[in-house]
Amino acid sequence: MAGNVPWREVTLTLPMIPDMEIAASKTATAMAEFMKMTPDRIDEVRMAVVEACINAFEHSHSPDRKVYMKFEVLGETEPESLRITVRDTGVGFQPEDIAEPHIEDKLKAMRKRGWGLKIIRGLMDDVEIHSGTDGTTVVMSKAR
Amino acid sequence: MTESLNVTVDRREGLAVVYTEGYINNQGGEEIARVAYKLLDEGYKVLLLNLAGTKIVNSIGISILIEIIEKMIEIGGRLGFCCLTPTIEKTFHIMGLAQYARIFPDEPAAVAGLQS
Repeated sequence: MAGNVPWREVTLTLPMIPDMEIAASKTATAMAEFMKMTPDRIDEVRMAVVEACINAFEHSHSPDRKVYMKFEVLGETEPESLRITVRDTGVGFQPEDIAEPHIEDKLKAMRKRGWGLKIIRGLMDDVEIHSGTDGTTVVMSKAR
Repeated sequence: MTESLNVTVDRREGLAVVYTEGYINNQGGEEIARVAYKLLDEGYKVLLLNLAGTKIVNSIGISILIEIIEKMIEIGGRLGFCCLTPTIEKTFHIMGLAQYARIFPDEPAAVAGLQS
């Protein structure tokens, strides 16, 4: 696991309006390129960021309609890991109450959405979710 | 700032190839679905989605692709994808789409595979 020395840190506040997730993904790309992550891994980070943002946009019901993001390049002697924090001030949820989606169920279901967390977990190395009545924070990391 | 998706179609004997260019989000997914259902109405039962021009998707857009897969299963048709970025292909595998729609590396392999 990378140490906590921040080689580079960027914060971003996004309004919850359509396609703002793309702006966040561009910041993630710039940070990952700085630490010389491979292109395929950068693409995975980019997609995870998009999913984390649209989860907040769609489900948080944040009163301020904003998402607060922090991008940190971490490492002891060289950049080793990209940590991305996505926070909203919405209603929160119980992560353990969210059933894992399965394609065979979704094919029969009216509602075919609900894949965001599964995709994020599949694309990032580490994912932590902290959620309560004052909002949700997703912390996700990927090594170089 | 709105990311748009362009969709074009190549109608061939027994198969239609749908090309996408841009971001597959909810609007993009809806546009693909509109085109796909029109092709089904025209009688096509084999569809290939060539995503060479798409470098990013989101789960809302993919959920609409799942609706198309459901429709293809209902009518006994076949749907394939080709030219996916490694991340989009990985995402399709994470979601399980590959169990119900074939994924091919390129268009010639897809056309041959879907018509065999």
